[in-house]
Amino acid sequence: MSDGSRVTLIVDGNAMSASKGTTVAAALINSGFAMFRSSVSGEARGPVCGMGVCYECRVTIDGVRHQRSCTRTVVEGMRVDTAKADVG
Amino acid sequence: MSASRASCDVAVIGAGPAGVAAAVSAAASGRRVIVLDEGLGPGGQIWRPSIHGPPPSAARHWLARFEAAHIDIRRSTSVFDVRSDDRSGLTVSAYHEGEAIELNARAVILATGARERFLPFPGWTLPNVFGVGGAQALYKAGVLFRDKRVVIAGSGPLLLPVAASLARSGAKLALVAEQASPASVRRFAMSLWRKPATLVQAAVLRSAFFKTSYATGTWIESARGDGSVREVTITNGSTTRTLACDVLCVAFGLVPNVEIARLLGCEVEHGMVTVDATQATSVSGVYCAGEPTGIGGVDAAIVEGEIAGLAAAGQSVPQALVAKAERLRRDAATLDAAFALRAELRTLAKPETLVCRCEDVRLRDLNPHWTARQAKLYTRAGMGPCQGRICGAALESVMGWTADSVRPPVQPVRLASFINDPSAT
Repeated sequence: MSDGSRVTLIVDGNAMSASKGTTVAAALINSGFAMFRSSVSGEARGPVCGMGVCYECRVTIDGVRHQRSCTRTVVEGMRVDTAKADVG
Repeated sequence: MSASRASCDVAVIGAGPAGVAAAVSAAASGRRVIVLDEGLGPGGQIWRPSIHGPPPSAARHWLARFEAAHIDIRRSTSVFDVRSDDRSGLTVSAYHEGEAIELNARAVILATGARERFLPFPGWTLPNVFGVGGAQALYKAGVLFRDKRVVIAGSGPLLLPVAASLARSGAKLALVAEQASPASVRRFAMSLWRKPATLVQAAVLRSAFFKTSYATGTWIESARGDGSVREVTITNGSTTRTLACDVLCVAFGLVPNVEIARLLGCEVEHGMVTVDATQATSVSGVYCAGEPTGIGGVDAAIVEGEIAGLAAAGQSVPQALVAKAERLRRDAATLDAAFALRAELRTLAKPETLVCRCEDVRLRDLNPHWTARQAKLYTRAGMGPCQGRICGAALESVMGWTADSVRPPVQPVRLASFINDPSAT
């Protein structure tokens, strides 16, 4: 995984490899995530607009909640928590 | 409140084609320019940096000029308030990674672009239902579409480049559905005979997905899936069919981003910022260029940006540039008429369909006699993090409600950005 073109994230507590330069949203979709957050009535939601407008792709990044995953680029060691791990 | 402060002659909000051209022409006139942009680099959506390769040549030309001018650009920066008063002039409040920025400027150019129009239908909130430009943005950001079964359903010329790039990236494109009638699409295509370059471009894009049907007069009815979208029902009004898919891309044209203009009190008519021939708005010192003045496309955005940049810098605007902007706006009007939305799209939502996806408000929760303001007060529709950017257009289409007034902050802001205490959230 350390061939220079990839980084490792910790997603919901598990290591996940992603291409450098991709956004967190792209990395999650490429690893098969469809549900990023849980809506106020408990529905599964994931990215829609891809450009920071809809706020549907919110995840917790390095402990900070409600981060738009489509606006953040992956960084080595970044901790990402989706609704699956979100107990708050 | 403490915040980092800066001042400049011209503040440009947005670094898409209009903002880039505006910044370049204001800087060339010797003005100190600061550009604030939510993105990761200049380019906005249409020139969005892609992990798959360099942007098109027109973009490279402008981005190179932007870089050569050493313009101060603040990336990943969200503007949440702009104020105008006689004493201190124009003040822009923004935040970058939780830190507040206060910017004083003699002139402000609003180059805030547009977003996609999303209309509610049963299943529109399922994961893997993206916008059309949304899918393009996600693709450029690294999403792999290889072997995914994709249905594209929406309206407007944007369907073509998105279908082409997903097909080239190995997606199994099942259908491209354009809601406009075959007659209007044909009429529009005929109107392009005067623009052979555009015709050639369209043909090249179409050839990239030649195996897939491009169905006009066809629109989405519903989508279903457990956990994510699995099938979609499409209709042409007489025949209905269901297709299996892994990804559904749906959007119905673009909506100008006019929130900051409205916040400043600029005159906005039919959702578009009113400007004069120099791109000046009704508020002194505030200019607007590109999509917020009416969806006109990238060429119009560049020319309007150049004009706004010159005018904001106090330079005279060449008549040829003004004439060019007028011509491009006329072309845009033709396009708008060709892809006008059919009435059936207003009634796709069922009583149980969500209309506000931030607050999970269903169509049956809304009273047709309310205004958008009442709906907000009674149901919280439009009060979520998107601040009505998604449901605003949906409610306008389904209920006939116009957007409620705008108040700061126009973006959700962490409390820490206001009080400069990193422990506050």
